[in-house]
Amino acid sequence: MTGSRKLTALLLAVLMTAMLAACTGKGDADAGSGSSTLTVFAAASLKSSFTELAERFEAENPGTTVTLSFAGSADLATQLSQGAPADVFASADSGTMAKVQEAGLADGGPRNFATNTLAIAVPPGNPAGIRSFADLAKAGIKLVACAPQVPCGAAAARVADSTGTVLSPVSEENSVTDVLGKVISGEADAGLVYVTDVRSAGARVKGIPFPEAAAAVNPYPAAVLAGSRNKTAAGRFLDLLAGPEGQEVLAAAGFGPGPA
Amino acid sequence: MTGGHAGRQAYTGVPRWLYGLAVLAALVVVLPLVAMVARVNWANFIPLVTSAPALAALGLSLRTAAASTALCIVLGVPLAVVLARGRFPLLGLLRSLVLLPLVLPPVVGGIALLYTFGRQGLLGGAIEVLGLQIAFSTTAVVLAQTFVALPFLVVSLEGALRTGGQRYEAVAATLGATPGTVFRRVTLPLALPGLASGAVLSFARSLGEFGATLTFAGSLQGVTRTLPLEIYLQRETDPDAAVALSLVLVAVAVAVVALAYRRPGGRGPDGKAGKQASGERPTTAAGAGGALA
Repeated sequence: MTGSRKLTALLLAVLMTAMLAACTGKGDADAGSGSSTLTVFAAASLKSSFTELAERFEAENPGTTVTLSFAGSADLATQLSQGAPADVFASADSGTMAKVQEAGLADGGPRNFATNTLAIAVPPGNPAGIRSFADLAKAGIKLVACAPQVPCGAAAARVADSTGTVLSPVSEENSVTDVLGKVISGEADAGLVYVTDVRSAGARVKGIPFPEAAAAVNPYPAAVLAGSRNKTAAGRFLDLLAGPEGQEVLAAAGFGPGPA
Repeated sequence: MTGGHAGRQAYTGVPRWLYGLAVLAALVVVLPLVAMVARVNWANFIPLVTSAPALAALGLSLRTAAASTALCIVLGVPLAVVLARGRFPLLGLLRSLVLLPLVLPPVVGGIALLYTFGRQGLLGGAIEVLGLQIAFSTTAVVLAQTFVALPFLVVSLEGALRTGGQRYEAVAATLGATPGTVFRRVTLPLALPGLASGAVLSFARSLGEFGATLTFAGSLQGVTRTLPLEIYLQRETDPDAAVALSLVLVAVAVAVVALAYRRPGGRGPDGKAGKQASGERPTTAAGAGGALA
């Protein structure tokens, strides 16, 4: 009996230690003063530009390692509100950033560093012959858009409202990547995505810019987080985004300049 | 240690220390559910779960899961019988392939379905010729659910058929029953508990299907947006609604599991009945006799 109790205690102890180690493992990385880690939570659409900018930041700030985490802005905001440790949050819409600010998670005001505009993506060859935004409302067109609950869907709804167009998508996806996927696979005749998505998809889709998109230009705000242990480096990362080097990389990915 | 009535207790063979770990294991499953229930906004619970999108999603989920379960039974029973009774080369390989969706991430299933039934897919041309529209339709949801749920029915039923053995079937055959009659009047009735629990598991799996549906069918209210997809979407803007709908899904799942493993008249769990060796069971023996009479 005592033997088995000891065994139980031992097993429990091992489990507890493992759990504790898993919980605290993150903190130890920042403790060393010689090298530091900058954790950046960024909207999924920023993946390619931020990956490049992180490399430049590391080169310019020796000893600092940038860890990037990409997901939907709302997902990242949820993770932050649940205590995920990060230094910088870059959102794909101001609404999500406002929520993070309201929750007291941001340190200081956010800075808009880029804008993104909607574009129509069609499969190569444009089988449905889409030429304009109005074409998307034609009968028989399989249009895929984002759901109004997510930023890209809200933008699509704003454009539709401003032009008086009634869109009836066959699917309302949760993320712009899902919309792009349905166009790339040829399931959809057209998808409403961002200019940057068309750019990153390369030859797999054809992009059709449309002037009506000006009605819904999405600003991308970034902020240093209140829980950051490395606010100086976080501030420098925001400077890089807003500076000429950052703007050049972002423009190459298709982003518009952030409002000054 | 065990008190005065120790002698009357049946030997269970469970070392005490195992209980500690078993409790821990139960906590791994139960604790997150409790945490979720604790987050439910009860004041708004009813409006949240009876909103038009929520009801549309629940209705669609129940309808598609029922359709998928029916499809699983129609397709899965013959497959399970062939796997349990058939003798041909590559049977083992066929079984492994059929069970693959059990271990595949659902999103992989979705991609595979896309390349089969999609417009550019393997059967896409043929489907278009027939004038059928699968992409972005409720049919796509049912296909995705059937793909992931079929192995549950097949595994359940094949297990029941194997452990049930072939003695009654052999006897029926010697009494002059044709293979068709044996199948209808002996094999199927004996395997019925296994079939029932398999069907319930398939229904539950269909109800929870998410990844393959999202990848293959899309997401549109009333057409393809099932309850799990609605939860995923609501979570973006309204976490309270997401939690409330999650609770609805948990309640449905609990009801389904309870249905599958209820104990009728103090006998063993239904799910196990079909898997036990049936030789010593007077009820099944009588049933087999009755079926032949």
